[in-house]
Amino acid sequence: MIAELGHFALALAVAFAVVQAVLPLWGAYRAEARLMQAAPALAIGQMIALAVSFGCLIVVSVTDDFSVSNIYENSNTLKPLLYKITGAWGSHEGSILFWCLILSLCGGAVALFGGKLPSSLRARIIGVLGVTACGFEAFCLLESNPFLRIWPPPANGQDMNPLLQDPGLAFHPPMLYAGYVGFAIPFAFAVAALLEGRIDAAWGRWVRPWTLGAWCCLTCGIALGSWWSYYVLGWGGFWFWDPVENASLLPWLTGTALLHSAIVVEKREALKTWTVLLAIGTFALSLSGTFLVRSGILNSVHSFANDPARGVFILGLLAFIIGGALLIFAIRAPTLGSSGLFAPVSREGALVLNNILLCSIAAVVMTGTMYPLFTDLLTGEKISVGPPFFDETVLPLATPVFLAMSLGPTLSWKRAALAPALLRLWWAALIALVVGGIASRGMSILPAFAMGAAAWMIVGAVAEIVDRIRLFRVPLGNSLHRLVGLPLSTFGTTLGHAGLGVTIAGIAGMSMAVSQVVLMHPGDTTSVAGYDFKLLDLHNAKGSNYNARVADVAISRNGVPVVTLSPERRAFTTQQMTTTEAKIHTNLVSDLYAVLGDERDGAAVMRLHWNPLAPWIWFGALIMALGGLCSLVDRRLRIAAPTRAAVRAGTVRA
Amino acid sequence: MNRRLLLGLPFVAAAAAGGAFYAMLHGMETGTFDPRGTNSMLIGKPMPDFTLPGFSAADVRAAHHPLVINFFASWCVPCVDEAPTLMALAQAGVSLWGIAYKDKPAATDAFLARHGNPFYRLARDEPGRVAIDWGVTGVPESYLIDAQGIVQWRFTGPLPLAAAKILAEKLHA
Repeated sequence: MIAELGHFALALAVAFAVVQAVLPLWGAYRAEARLMQAAPALAIGQMIALAVSFGCLIVVSVTDDFSVSNIYENSNTLKPLLYKITGAWGSHEGSILFWCLILSLCGGAVALFGGKLPSSLRARIIGVLGVTACGFEAFCLLESNPFLRIWPPPANGQDMNPLLQDPGLAFHPPMLYAGYVGFAIPFAFAVAALLEGRIDAAWGRWVRPWTLGAWCCLTCGIALGSWWSYYVLGWGGFWFWDPVENASLLPWLTGTALLHSAIVVEKREALKTWTVLLAIGTFALSLSGTFLVRSGILNSVHSFANDPARGVFILGLLAFIIGGALLIFAIRAPTLGSSGLFAPVSREGALVLNNILLCSIAAVVMTGTMYPLFTDLLTGEKISVGPPFFDETVLPLATPVFLAMSLGPTLSWKRAALAPALLRLWWAALIALVVGGIASRGMSILPAFAMGAAAWMIVGAVAEIVDRIRLFRVPLGNSLHRLVGLPLSTFGTTLGHAGLGVTIAGIAGMSMAVSQVVLMHPGDTTSVAGYDFKLLDLHNAKGSNYNARVADVAISRNGVPVVTLSPERRAFTTQQMTTTEAKIHTNLVSDLYAVLGDERDGAAVMRLHWNPLAPWIWFGALIMALGGLCSLVDRRLRIAAPTRAAVRAGTVRA
Repeated sequence: MNRRLLLGLPFVAAAAAGGAFYAMLHGMETGTFDPRGTNSMLIGKPMPDFTLPGFSAADVRAAHHPLVINFFASWCVPCVDEAPTLMALAQAGVSLWGIAYKDKPAATDAFLARHGNPFYRLARDEPGRVAIDWGVTGVPESYLIDAQGIVQWRFTGPLPLAAAKILAEKLHA
């Protein structure tokens, strides 16, 4: 009954989406106010229908209704409640429904918060979102319906892949999807603006917060995924240039570029055509990334049931959405005027440089990911492109990004001089050189350089604030007063740039990681990077749906106990699969990491790691996302209040 | 005019990529494109010699007609997926010879009793040695052997219906 209700709500959502795809766009074309005004109500209706549908899926999952095929395939009575809930978006069918739900939330958000948009623009945005939504919802309803029943109902389900039964992974897909799908809004803004035939500063101001929101989610989603692979897969690595990882990195790179080019549209009304193309391209990359994974064309740890027939359906959908948008772009973009001249050395110039470099990195990553597929298709030759290619091509392009990042925000709009900007940052450069110098004594040349670059980014980002509050140049109280008065978006820039620096420092630090694989008997001690790992005991333990083998490892340094870790090997009963549960102790500067391997004659193979600065990789991502959030909060106030004075009032009230 | 052409480029690039992806998907369905497998070294060469309980390479050559050798196992879930396709192929007159890979005889028999037995002859490769000689990457995997005992085609994973149709055409050609 609940499953049928969900099924019906999904069908209702498709109906809403179809109407939402037609009426507002037609209304905007014929300038009929009544049709345009129907848009928000339709978007909200669709959102409610999908929320009900997804709610039904969760209820069916929690109540163990194995007569629903999707639940039978992915759940089990023994599965912990948390994973019964998160399992709703863990399966292929459920994740597509979840994807649709987020898309409808985007539409709903534009309907609810877009009241200040011109009505024809808003109608077109919601219409474009409707076109996108009706394609995906039809796919969900027709090709991958999570509510289909099986008969006779089995007594118990097949359970979920144990690797996915992890709190980190439970929240990785929603974040990532929110990021991917969130870029649908800038996409809809871009297509709507092309249909309108005009793009101005206001458009840039409206599109930026949506881009920022999606970007924050995508940043967190990628970081969560990388963190999951670090502590669940137990390989001790955090990024493998796996095709699916690359597929998530591509929209992040172009999304970051979009974030910056939208500033230029907003402030200077330049780069309009380029920004529109980036908005379309970013969403296109988000969509095609998902498509490549789901269809089984790209193969990786993220295995969904590979089904080329489903792939053809999604490909047709993508061809319609992406191809349609690019066709409109090809026809309408030439009519968008370009304006806003600027000198090569200027804030705009720096942002253009940022765009060129980020898009070049994206192009290189895309080439590396797709090249094997295309050579296979064209010549039948099998090759593989691995991490060395990406390391060697991305680094030379990333280096100028790192160097220019601290410089960009200090340049003035239109025309700037490089020398004074460099002079203002002399102390940041000095600190970077010192850090790089110190690092080069313990590290090889490349990581040492990266450490220096990281210091340059972090200190340079802080220097921007120091400069703006004129610290040490005016009395301290005066500086503090200026600090309070700074717009939040300034802190956003600082946090965003410094966060990347922290991540880079973490990656550089990981190059010094030490690891050992040893066969240990209980009572044996192994020394790794100055830490003594003593294997105390091997014993059995029982979990809710698995049996575990646990190793207790006491770690001490120079005789002082640090911590006792208990890595496990879990044998899941229903899926007959074994997972390794790595245990990690972090002191925020380095990680101690222990994995239990196979056992022989009372001895166990232990993998022991010391990973310096590893936690910084994810802290950095968190700081970046926080920076985005700061900017976002600031933006919202400014959109709500058109004049500068009102912004102040708003800040005080908040 | 130049600007117009330039702004049309993204569309052209996306269309080209879309066409290529369609070709890949189509190839995956028909068994001519496999993004994860490596090409079999056996294509165009005589099949490796083997003797197993059930049948030997000599028996295959003695058949003097094209046939399909299918490696499968009772413990392999994709093999369950593939079973109906194999039954349909057998009914269409394709000569299927099965090799049970690393499988206990009783389990194999139970599997064939449950899902139907499409095989004209059945051999058992319990130690999995013959599969190594053939370069089997996993089960199920199918090899098309012509009347001269030459390996003509290999498909890894469960045969999709489209690929099975092509297989039948190749056999009757």
